[in-house]
Amino acid sequence: MHKTRNMVSMATLSAAALLLASCAGGTDAEPSSNSTGASSDAPQELNALVWCDHTDPELLAPFEEANNVTVNVRDYEGTGVALGILEQSQPGDWDVFVIDSVDVPRVAEAGLLAPLNKSDFDFDQFFDEVKLPEIHELDGELYAVPEKFGYNTVAFNGANVDAEKMRDLSFLWDPELAGKIAIYDYYIPVMEFVGLELGIEPQNITVDDLPAIEARLAELKTQSAQVGDVVSTQTALATGEVDVIVGGGEFSTSVLNAENPDLDWILPAQGGIRWQQAIGVLAGSEKQDLATKFVQYIVSAEGQAALATSSCYWGMPANKNATLSDEQKNILRWDEQAGFIANSYPYYIPDADLDAAMLDVWTRVVVG
Amino acid sequence: MINRRSWQGWVLVGPALLVTLVLFAAPMVMVILTSLYRRTGGTTNRTLSLDNYLRLATDATIHQALLNSLEVVGLTVIFSTLVAYPLAYIIAFRVPAKWQALVLLLTVVPFWTSYVVRSYSWLLVLAKNGVINQTLQSWNLIGEPLTLANTRFATVLAFVHFFVMVSTLTIYASLRQIPRNLPLAARDLGASPFYVFARVTLPLSIPGVTVGAFLTFVLAIGDYITPQIVGGGNELLLPQLLMLQVSRRGDFPLAAAMALVLLVIVAAVYAVSAKNLTLERKR
Repeated sequence: MHKTRNMVSMATLSAAALLLASCAGGTDAEPSSNSTGASSDAPQELNALVWCDHTDPELLAPFEEANNVTVNVRDYEGTGVALGILEQSQPGDWDVFVIDSVDVPRVAEAGLLAPLNKSDFDFDQFFDEVKLPEIHELDGELYAVPEKFGYNTVAFNGANVDAEKMRDLSFLWDPELAGKIAIYDYYIPVMEFVGLELGIEPQNITVDDLPAIEARLAELKTQSAQVGDVVSTQTALATGEVDVIVGGGEFSTSVLNAENPDLDWILPAQGGIRWQQAIGVLAGSEKQDLATKFVQYIVSAEGQAALATSSCYWGMPANKNATLSDEQKNILRWDEQAGFIANSYPYYIPDADLDAAMLDVWTRVVVG
Repeated sequence: MINRRSWQGWVLVGPALLVTLVLFAAPMVMVILTSLYRRTGGTTNRTLSLDNYLRLATDATIHQALLNSLEVVGLTVIFSTLVAYPLAYIIAFRVPAKWQALVLLLTVVPFWTSYVVRSYSWLLVLAKNGVINQTLQSWNLIGEPLTLANTRFATVLAFVHFFVMVSTLTIYASLRQIPRNLPLAARDLGASPFYVFARVTLPLSIPGVTVGAFLTFVLAIGDYITPQIVGGGNELLLPQLLMLQVSRRGDFPLAAAMALVLLVIVAAVYAVSAKNLTLERKR
């Protein structure tokens, strides 16, 4: 009887332990410390709100070592989330902000970004097409500098899909691809991409266009095997579960190129969506100089090479002097950028009402 | 004397009470408050309103996500119990007592690996070129690979694998508390083995089944990772819809309201099953 009680206790304790283990994997609301490259007695810390490509230790370590600082990073997806995090933070909690370039004006207008000194940056080193002073400046003041760009288009496995057919965006709806498609789950660029197939340029999308986009998106959904984030869709492509990622691009396949050179991306004749990131200093930061120094490092030739080839995702550096190898440039299709830029549309952020309407459309299609 | 004992009681309970207030009650109040805000014009409007709850009550997409959640979790609970009960029964009554601790330990071992790793492992097993399809194709049982990954089937299968041990442990605990002389007495009175199981063992083990089913329900209804990784996002469950509001739009108020709906559902299930939520044997 005593033994039975022990067994029962063990079972109960085990169940409790399992519950605790199951509950132990929550998300972190605080910036996570990058554990490499900084000494434990670093006198300074820098908190950066970033896309995941900035969490690569290879990118952060040189700055941390050179400045005896620990860079704490918190990655996010989507400006709305970042603004939500900032809303819930105290001024000074965050020093550096990596943001979609198209969102710089509204964030600067909201007073969240600190003006930068233009003379701190060599704008001649940036590609002309990504300088975009109309976005990065407000009333003549510079609020963010361009750092990286790429495309939401189609990524595919060239061993299983004809690259020439992929040049026609409408081919995505061909029965030949049924069950072979993964859709990247960021609704704005994907819906804008679907809009291109309908002949609607991203900046011209209105609520009136949404029914047509919804119908076309729903057709695409029936073709798809998966709707997922960057990692999920990458995994599906890499493991052969799907042959095409809609909304993918160089950020989906470049990091996998060494393992499987057949994984490629293309800009269809109808064009693609061009995303671009910028980096700035938050107005509430009490470490303006150090934060500015970090921004300078990120857009330097060395920082840009590391950022462009980040382990999270690759992308074109804004700095044309980035110290990339010829092989890395080849994977990024460096020499074809002029044509790609000409045939792509800047990532367009809808206003809040259209954004909400687009998310509603997306959830209706995806909910199943 | 009573006052002194009362004071001692407060001292002993105080730390736990404080932790509960700080780590549960206060955040809960914040979640409730946040659910009454609104996300409008790209910012959070802190004027209190019931707009989010109105939307929850009227939005067909949210209803569909909730229905998906309940269906998936319902299937998980049913299949987990069906798998767990025979396993617990065998451990409790067929495995020699000296080996039971080891067998119980072995049932828990799979839980020592990361939850995310286990999810991705299932994805690799179920993939078109995964273990199952490759095996079936090598045996010439199928021509084209079956679509197993990125489906509701995959989500339920992974959930059952993850949570079956919870039910196994609780059912085992319940079975071990049944006095061995009860089934023996029933047999002595002429009952068949099946009749003994149906009329003696099963009814007396219902508390363990209920506890396991409840824990499985609680763990699965709020799970985001498994449907996202294994289910492939082909249908949205409520936690995925919740995460979509947070990760893509920063709509914390609507997400908070959805979280409270999940909490209310769990509370309702608790209320329904409360009388059996104990591993103590009833007299």
